[in-house]
Order: sequence, then C-alpha cells, then structure tokens
Amino acid sequence: MSTDTATLPVGRYAYDEVDRTFLSQRVAQFREQVGRRVAGELTEDEFKPLRLMNGLYLQLHAYMLRVAVPYGMMGSDQMRELAHIARTYDRDYGHFTTRQNIQFNWIRLEDTPDILERLAGVNMHAIQTSGNCIRNVTCDEFAGAAADELLDPRIHAEILRQWSTLHPEFSFLPRKFKIAISGSPHDRVAARFHDIGLVAHPGPDGRAVFDVFVGGGLGRTPIIGVKLRDNLPEEDLLAYLEAVVRVYNAYGRRDNMYKARIKILVQALGVDQFREKVDAEFAQMNRADYRLDPAIVEGIRARFGIPALDAPANAADRLDSDRKADARFDRWVRTNTHAHRHEGFISAVVSIKPDGGIPGDVTADQMDLIAALADDFSFGEIRVTHMQNVVLGHVRKDQLRDLWLRLEGAGLGTPNIGLVGDIIACPGLDYCALANARSIPIAQKLSARFANPELQENIGTLRINISGCINACGHHHAGHIGILGVDKRGEEFFQLTLGGSAENDVAIGQIIGPALPEDETVDAIARLIDTYLVLRNEGEAFIDTYRRLGAASFKDAVYAPA
Amino acid sequence: MPLLENGHVTEDRWAQAIAGEALPAGAVIVPLDRLEEGLARPKDALLGVAIGPDVDVAVLRPALPRLALVAVNFPTFRDGRAFTQARALREHLSFTGEIRATGTPLPDQYEFLLRCGVTSVQTDRAEDVAVWQQAHDIISIAYQPSVLHERAQGLGLRRFLGK
Repeated sequence: MSTDTATLPVGRYAYDEVDRTFLSQRVAQFREQVGRRVAGELTEDEFKPLRLMNGLYLQLHAYMLRVAVPYGMMGSDQMRELAHIARTYDRDYGHFTTRQNIQFNWIRLEDTPDILERLAGVNMHAIQTSGNCIRNVTCDEFAGAAADELLDPRIHAEILRQWSTLHPEFSFLPRKFKIAISGSPHDRVAARFHDIGLVAHPGPDGRAVFDVFVGGGLGRTPIIGVKLRDNLPEEDLLAYLEAVVRVYNAYGRRDNMYKARIKILVQALGVDQFREKVDAEFAQMNRADYRLDPAIVEGIRARFGIPALDAPANAADRLDSDRKADARFDRWVRTNTHAHRHEGFISAVVSIKPDGGIPGDVTADQMDLIAALADDFSFGEIRVTHMQNVVLGHVRKDQLRDLWLRLEGAGLGTPNIGLVGDIIACPGLDYCALANARSIPIAQKLSARFANPELQENIGTLRINISGCINACGHHHAGHIGILGVDKRGEEFFQLTLGGSAENDVAIGQIIGPALPEDETVDAIARLIDTYLVLRNEGEAFIDTYRRLGAASFKDAVYAPA
Repeated sequence: MPLLENGHVTEDRWAQAIAGEALPAGAVIVPLDRLEEGLARPKDALLGVAIGPDVDVAVLRPALPRLALVAVNFPTFRDGRAFTQARALREHLSFTGEIRATGTPLPDQYEFLLRCGVTSVQTDRAEDVAVWQQAHDIISIAYQPSVLHERAQGLGLRRFLGK
C-alpha cells in the first residue's frame, strides 16, 4: 500500500486499498439491492431507505442522485468525473447544494449502479447523502487556508465522516442528522443551524477541543442551536457524539416526520434535561472503547496532502499593482477573495451565480474548466461552499489576475460574493416534489435586476435566501432577506422574512407581512433595498440597519409602493 | 422465515407466552408485563422477555441475571430504536444472553443488527436465508467501534469484520 506523501491529494483524505475495497463492496451491495427491487423482492417502501442511503431521490420528473463531497473538498480528477457523469447520464449539468454536495437531476434508476461504480473509481460515493442517517459533514470552505483559522477542521470532519459511515446503530434514526464543524472564530458553517454544530479550537495541550451546539435547524420549525458542552476533549469526541445521537435515537419522535428532528426533542425536554440524558449515557459508556486516540487523528491527518506554499517574495506587490491597473479586476478581488494565512497566497471564490442565472447550476464544460483552473492555480484542490459557489483555496497572489482572466473568459468571473446576486435558492417547483412555488425564476429575476456590479457593491453585504416551501431548503429563515414560496388557492405567492443570519450574529428572520404575488415580489424587494440605501448610516450593512430600525421602517416600502 | 442464528437456520427452542394462558414449563418468552410471573417460575426454567421499542432497557437490570433472552422489536424496519436497546444491553448492562430481533427488520440491516449485539432474528419476511447471508457477507470493512470489538486494523478507525 502506497503512503507516498508526494501523491496525496491536497486538502482531503487519501483513500487506500482498504477504503477502495469498502466502496466497491458498497456499489456491489447497491447493485444487488436494485436487482431485488427490479425483481419485486423489495417493495418500493422497503427499497426507499436503501436508495436514499445511496443518495437517490425520486423527484417530480426523474430520479435525482446526490453525490457526497465530504466537507466540500474534492480534487480536479473528481470534478472531471462529475463532468463526465453530467454529460453521459444527465443533461450536461449538475447542481451544487447548500450542504456542499453536488446533485444530478435527470438520472435513471437503472444507470445508478454504473454511476456509483464510476464515482468509486475516483474515490467518490453517494453514501448517506439522504435518508434518516448522519449526512455529509460540512465544514468551512476556507479551511486550512483562512487567515483567521485556529485549527483545520477537515481532519475531524473526515474522522466524523468515517465514524458515521454505515454506523450500525444510527442508520435508521427518527430523521436526518446534520453535523457541521468549524475551526475559526468566524462561523462560516452555520454551526447553530445544525443538529450538531462543532466549533473547534486548540486546547491547553495543543490538541483540539470542541464547543458542542445541539438542536439547531431551519425547516418548518426554525430553531437556533443551544450550547450543550464547552471544551469537549478530542479523545472524547466520538464517545460524546455517540451519546448525543443515542439519546436522540431512543427518544426522538417517530410519529410525525415534521416533529422528528433532534431540535424538537431538545425543545420538548429542555436543554438541561436533554444534557442530563446525554451526560448519563456518556457516563455509562466504556470510554476506552470509544476513545479517539491522538494516534488515530494523526494517522488520518497524515493522509491529507499539504500544499507547498511557495510564492515569490513580490507576489503581494504584484497583486497590488495588478489591482491598480485594472478597476474591474480590483472589484472582483474586493468581492470574491478571502485572506489566506500565507502572505503570498489568497483564496478565490468562483461565483456560480451569474447574472440572471440559476444559483449553483454548473455545466459539464464549466466543471472541466474549474478542474483545469484548480490544476493550474490551486494544487488541484476544489471546494464547494454552502453558498453554492466554488473556492480555489490556495492561489498565488501574483497569479490571481491570470486566474481571473480565464474565469472572465468563461463567464465565471461574476463579482458578487456576499452581495445581492449571491442568492441561495432551493430547486423549487421546477424539480422538487415537495415545493409549492418556483424558487429559481425569482432568483433569476432578482439577479438580473441587480446585475450592475457597482450597484451591488454599493448595496453591500446582503444575503438573500429563497425556499420553495416551508421545508426551507433555501434556508430563508437565515437570510437577511428571506423569500418563502407559498401556495394560495393554486397560485404561487411569496412571503418575505427579514433579519435572519446564520453567522456569529445568528438570528431567525421574521415575517414582515402578507405574502405577495410573484410579479410583485421582485419590485417589493427592490423598494426594500432602496429604503435601506436611504436609511443606512455610513458603512452600515443592510442587516445592521434593519436591526437598528426594526421591521416597521421597511414594511411601508414592501406594501405601499410610492 | 425460520429463526436465524449467527447466519444459520436453527430450530427455535423458545415458546411464546400466550395471552390468558398460564406459562408453560420450559423455555418461554414473556412480554414485559408478565416478567414477574416468569421470574416466579423455578430458577432453572429458561426465561426470556420481549420488549417494545419504547422501553428503557435499564428496567431489566434487576431481572437480567435470570434472563437468557431479550427480544427487541422492529414494528417497521424504519424504526431503529431496537439498535440502541441491543447496544445498551451489551454495553451498559453487560448482558451476555441471546438478543433476538423480531418484527420486520430488512436483510439489509442484518450487519447492523449483529454489530449492535443482536444474535438471532425471527421475522415473517419471505426472503430466502441466502439473502440474509449475502447481506452479512457483502461488506467486510467498518469504520467505527461496535459491541463485537472487531480489532482496529492499521490506519484510523477502520476494522475488518472478520469474514
């Protein structure tokens, strides 16, 4: 078995023969399950949880396959395989999701085992991207690169990925279970909107410790997660999570799927009683059996490739002069980059939100281009963000303009990260069997309306989230402006919420008033933004103006057009 | 389907308590609300208890030394509470007797059942035993500890399931 570190993929765990054997067994297992379904030995009811645990949904028009991108990290070789799958088995495109995965919307059931086999060829899979089990563990898109990071959370994200894979006790939970992990004091993972949110930082001995949040979530009942535990030692990470999930598995509601998430249990018991149960379980456990030995952590860390961060001494100066020479490039650097821990490097965000486009949709050709750019500029490493964009984590500052030029040439240079155009939207009624309304057209109209980059930058930081139904896959409660599709006597209406946030200033957006018809919604949001521009203090972001003045100042703008 | 024990078909030596009738003399599985009645039989008469998925297995603690079998139930295969019950019986109560899965677990859950401490399965499902055996054989690697204490192999969390 090769452990040649020179060949390890940067930023993610390198599979070896054992991991590959596991994946091929898993594909064979699914092939056999599909066979039994086709032969009628399994009913659709029985087959459903098995296909869901392999990422296969039945949508409005076709099967949808959601491929796991563990903690959002993939390599250029993997991206090229996804492009091939998009061309061969789908309609030439894929869709990045808010949980850092990618999904294909036009898949045939009988092709799925072959697709999974192709994915396994590049060490990818669709395990537990759906179903009532522990889902893909999400992570900071700037992990291992961010200047403000205390600890690279991807090592522990990988440990949790492995631990939760085909977990014997936790594969038939009351409902899905989502874990996010951050290693930065700036929450970029929405830790308090997850079933479990982990915020990692170095402990006194240098080993990681974790603050544990539990019971957050959006969906029909948006709830901000509560702190369950401070400074959980690394060696107890698995034991403690076992205890939390075990309490949930035993006591979570199973009579009503809309009340089955852990957040409902935590609310019903109260956090103190929930914590008592977890502590009692934790105290009973044989901690030696579940101990996460530092040697295990270091063994897994050693399977991660490390980028060789060598930049010329004048790299930063070169970037400065490139910016001064080109105002459009300068704007893109302002909006679409993030500070790197190395002075010669920077992280670049590729917006998958072109003006008037569909948030998160990426064509096969764009996938190939992103793969090529990752090879040329960022050690072959690609990150999918929970905002449905792509990050190239380690770009040399003196090469940033070359990267931007190639992005521009391919229509991927939209300078709108964190701005009005950086909209999160669920697939909505165009694809989804649950939706009440189409999210995508609203997103496209808003994006086209505010396409002017100067206007966007002037408006500043603004998070718009659109969900096509109360299941809230577009996280509308967490948007500074949230848009929720509702059905009113067979017509699509949209309800606005204001003031939500998934970051350090976490908050749940509040409904501002009655829902609006589709053709009035975009105008109402434009008036809302105009009002903010009038009312804001200098340098004040929309969310801060809203918090300072309250909903009343904005309500007239929405409902009383001038 | 016949009783499946460690992957093999075996004859069921246990009788089920019948509602409204006195308990038979031999090995018998009683529902939880007749446990006292079962315990009142001679100490050498084999006793098992059947519990629903909502039972905290800690209530069995005083009776456990007298119990040779605990039957856990899957009212539907989607209800995974019995996995936690089985594991708690093994890990917290150190129960070494038979844990029997009843109800309607799927063959595709067989490996999960075994790794949570279940030793026998009694279901009404029609599959051939070979399907269960295949479900047991198909995956040989796991990534987390289980009550079977598979030995960790080499790197990280991985262990081979010894097949």
